[in-house]
Amino acid sequence: MKARVISYGLLCLLCVPFVFPTWWMVTSSLKPNADIFAFQLWPERPSPQAWRDVFTLQPFAEQYVNSAYIALVVTLGTLVVSSMAGYAFARIRFRGQNPLFLVVLTGLLIPSEVTIVPLFRMFNAAGLVDTHWPLILVPIFGAPSVLATFIMRQFFVTLPGELEEAARMDGLGRPAIFRRIALPLARPALGAVAVFTFLHSWNLYLEPIVFISSKNRYTLPQALTQFTDAYQGPLWNVQLSAASMTAIPVLIVFVIAQRQFIEGLAHTGLKG
Amino acid sequence: MKVDRSDRLTAYLFIAPQLAGTVLFVLVPLVLVVWYSLHEWNVLADTFDFVGGENYRQLAADPKLPGVLGATALFSIGLVILNLSLALLLAVLLNQRLRGTTFFRIVFFSPVVVSLVAWTIVWGFMLQQNGGINSLLGGAGPNWLREGGTAMVSVIVVQVVKNVGLNMVLFLAALQGVPHDLYEAARIDGARPTTIFTRITLPLISPTILLTSIITVVGSLQVFAQIAVLTQGGPGTSTTVLVYYLYQQAFQFHAFGYGATLSVLLFLIVLALTVVQWQLRKKWVFHES
Repeated sequence: MKARVISYGLLCLLCVPFVFPTWWMVTSSLKPNADIFAFQLWPERPSPQAWRDVFTLQPFAEQYVNSAYIALVVTLGTLVVSSMAGYAFARIRFRGQNPLFLVVLTGLLIPSEVTIVPLFRMFNAAGLVDTHWPLILVPIFGAPSVLATFIMRQFFVTLPGELEEAARMDGLGRPAIFRRIALPLARPALGAVAVFTFLHSWNLYLEPIVFISSKNRYTLPQALTQFTDAYQGPLWNVQLSAASMTAIPVLIVFVIAQRQFIEGLAHTGLKG
Repeated sequence: MKVDRSDRLTAYLFIAPQLAGTVLFVLVPLVLVVWYSLHEWNVLADTFDFVGGENYRQLAADPKLPGVLGATALFSIGLVILNLSLALLLAVLLNQRLRGTTFFRIVFFSPVVVSLVAWTIVWGFMLQQNGGINSLLGGAGPNWLREGGTAMVSVIVVQVVKNVGLNMVLFLAALQGVPHDLYEAARIDGARPTTIFTRITLPLISPTILLTSIITVVGSLQVFAQIAVLTQGGPGTSTTVLVYYLYQQAFQFHAFGYGATLSVLLFLIVLALTVVQWQLRKKWVFHES
């Protein structure tokens, strides 16, 4: 009994640094700038002004759409690329299978920060700097999707071979077996890949600030820090409003589908 | 299974996008980064000149480099120790089958899904001298992000709270995999809880400890947004970790050749760490699952 009370006490105490920041973000975003550093657990003079300023100081709606469509395209593209590659590496035997798989796996070993300088020069030469292409192409085909391919392969390896044999007897070709038999069975793995791919794209920061320079092409993480006053000082309540708008939708989806999120991010993810 | 030609063709078509992407966006840049480290690239003048080992001489003589590597090591070590011990503590607490475990699991995991920059902005706001943390501490406290002694600690704590949920979930799964009769037997023999923890629990979850430490160390070398938003590497260079220094050199000072050289250094460090950790795996881990 006593041990139980201690455990609960400790758990509640440890909750503070996890819950307080989100609470403080939302409540402070509703404070007028004069009260921003006042210690009020609930704003004494709540005002939606900062939430409006978010949209007048930057093309925030446009930036929101940029982040959302990039993350969606990247997620769909990664699902296609990684499920196909993962399936072939797991279920079809072909010459060069193992060496080619090792080539692909190098993507797991090399942090994307190592290749950012040459990637910048490559996209610069292709005239694609200050467009969304680097933020779409590299995640779908490059290092980030390798993790997805690895996860899909690990999943397809566990599928029983009899299912495919039966389908083959019925005269189905490989592409049809993949689409009609293997993919529907792979829904949990696809869900996991979708969750971490979406969040990875949504959170990307180094790549946007390296590649994108026009405000109307910014993604959200890049836009958040740009709400500043004339002296480059942060407009805290505006930044916190924009941060709230970025974080809360994802948090809501997370609470609804927490099991899928936690499985998708922790048990299949290899990156911290 | 019968292998026929159309099967093989399908396989090559299926892996083609991923294979081509890996070559184009990972392997070619990796070769290029070494090549660029032997060059000086001036974007404005559009010149690209071979300079041989000049960038490497600059690296060896860079007076900032020891500080940068020190900050990188300090961040990684601090992060791994704090992250793994907190993750283990949370997992042990949640493994007691108390009521409300699901709720606490959601709470501790939730920062993982919060946008990194949003999370960092909130902490940056709270860590101001007149911010929420010092108010919670009773009104007075250090200027966390602007003082040498506290800036690094602050950055580490922000990062630990953000991502500890991932390791917590992995530890929780490992703890649930420890067979119950082992605990029973130890208890019958009169072992104390601390003995049970160090002699049974820790050895049995050692593969997970190794896995999480690899993930966390490699992840810690990639920290960027937190530094860029919270401290910009300061005060001085006390929080200038390698990736941030690389970004500064290449994209703020436009020293692309030197940036490429720092990228090579980063790659070698990651490679060495990976090799060391896989070697350790053979010696240290008590059992392989």
